[in-house]
Amino acid sequence: MTTQQDFPSQEKGSSSISSSYQPNLSGRYKLDKIFAAIALICAWAGLVVLAWLLVDVFTDGVSRLTWTFISEFPSRKPDEAGLLSALVGSIWLIGIVALVAFPVGVGAGIFLEEFIKNSVIGNIIEVNISNLAGVPSIIYGLLGLAAFVRWMEPLTGGRSIIAGGLTLGLLVLPIVIVATRESLRAVPDSTRLAGFAVGATRWQVVRDTVLPPAFPGILTGTILALSRAIGETAPLITIGALTFIAFLPRGPRDSFTALPIQIYNWVSRPQQEFHSLAAGGIIVLLVVLLTMNSIAVILRNKLQKSR
Amino acid sequence: MTANSPNSGEDRSSLWKPNRQASRRVEMLVKLIFGAFALVSVATTAGIVLTLIFETIEFFGEVSLLQFLFDPQWTPLFSNQQFGIHVLISATIMTTGIAILVALPLGLMAAIYLSEYASLNTRRFLKPALEILAGIPSVVFGYFALLTVTPVLQTFIPGLQGFNALSAGLVLGISILPLVASLSEDAIYAVPRSLRDGSYALGATKRETIISVILPAALSGIVASLILAISRAIGETMIVTLAAGQNPTPGFNPFVPVATMTAFIVQVSLGDTPATSLAYKTIFAVGMTLFLITLTLNLISFWFVRKFQEKYE
Repeated sequence: MTTQQDFPSQEKGSSSISSSYQPNLSGRYKLDKIFAAIALICAWAGLVVLAWLLVDVFTDGVSRLTWTFISEFPSRKPDEAGLLSALVGSIWLIGIVALVAFPVGVGAGIFLEEFIKNSVIGNIIEVNISNLAGVPSIIYGLLGLAAFVRWMEPLTGGRSIIAGGLTLGLLVLPIVIVATRESLRAVPDSTRLAGFAVGATRWQVVRDTVLPPAFPGILTGTILALSRAIGETAPLITIGALTFIAFLPRGPRDSFTALPIQIYNWVSRPQQEFHSLAAGGIIVLLVVLLTMNSIAVILRNKLQKSR
Repeated sequence: MTANSPNSGEDRSSLWKPNRQASRRVEMLVKLIFGAFALVSVATTAGIVLTLIFETIEFFGEVSLLQFLFDPQWTPLFSNQQFGIHVLISATIMTTGIAILVALPLGLMAAIYLSEYASLNTRRFLKPALEILAGIPSVVFGYFALLTVTPVLQTFIPGLQGFNALSAGLVLGISILPLVASLSEDAIYAVPRSLRDGSYALGATKRETIISVILPAALSGIVASLILAISRAIGETMIVTLAAGQNPTPGFNPFVPVATMTAFIVQVSLGDTPATSLAYKTIFAVGMTLFLITLTLNLISFWFVRKFQEKYE
């Protein structure tokens, strides 16, 4: 009885609520459109700046791209200056970084993913690696300065290519390790179980059945790590790469310069002519980076297809 | 036939000799070598911490902690030496703050666009393009900030000096934009579809769904990406060194040259400093400060994700 009496009054209440509620759909949809437009603009903003940067660098630097620029040493006269010593220094560095970071990174990745996965030590090392990835690169420079330049001076020869290469190698090591682990993780467990079932040891399983399908991913990750190393400037300045070198290094214990260092040197000079040299150097650096990244993509596609 | 087959069977079984001893030895060797490789990463951390601590202790043997914290100026390279680290920290906060003011709204909105609005084809183009932006070396951004952005800003702002925190911060923001965008997008993309459907079923529009349902659900990931971006901006070196200058100026004026912590380390490293000099020890003390700040931020970011991550299903 009471419920029946309540009913009309409730209905009355709800009808008064619905009349006070105005959906205002057209206004809300208008706001929606504005919001979507802002999101669109923000998503493209970064690319617009990227395009601006590239156009700017190319207009400033394209006139410097002559054979002299590649084949000559840096000079006080902008018209005769080139980046030969920087280019050769960068190639040396990349060679050393590859020699250090590839075997150590892949080995560590295999060890963490295949041998001690989910163990306490494994987890500690994993946390340690993700922390290392967040350490600013200039701190690696300080480590390199104290460890490779000062402490190991008899071995490395002080402010040398090998000291720079080792520093950059440590810097990109987490990238190689993470890439290796992710590639190994993508290989299905059934592959491993099949290997164990025919009596293979863990290493035999990894070497013969897990590593081959994971290899393209590992290689791609390594090349991306190397391209990160090519662009690094701060750690090299910290360990004391020279900014003006008019000779080619003859061995890993010689002093050196590198592309980003040379670019930094040219940018930080007040004269306009050196700025266009810097732009030219940036074009060379970006072309090197682009080439490496393309190689990474092509290698991945090719190796994946051939399987 | 019957006489032959057992014979050949015996022959075959003797052909295969499993050399288990050798496999086991190889296995041990591989484990040992790869384990040592894995320890390289631990040794790197230990090396960083130990060198920083060692040289910082040397530094505080010559300069008191009170000086380091409360000196009004930062002039370790002049004859009148003062060591007020806050001068460098304030510059770092300023460039980082400007960078975040650029990167957070742009990055977050870009993430929303990529995850909620973009068609599959747009996504396929935009994400790699943002990765290219992320792969540009910082010295290139430094060139851009000093020689392109600053002259443009000077036409708007008459009092702007050639080196300033403003243009360094703006370009720094662009350089960390891909980090904010991709990490936030991961967080937004991970919000389950059922939450969106529920919101639509209540009559919410897309914008209302995004703002009051999806963003709160993805908040932990977004905050974590923000903290990582701050940490990255604080440790960034070349952009601030080239565009903000190397003049330690106290205070928060974005229009004049300042020196961040990283810029000071570069400034000292470019000169030839013997290992025994105070300047050499100073860069390690500054490096220690930088390391502690970024480490704290990174740890907060990890902790935040673990603590506040919304678990669905």
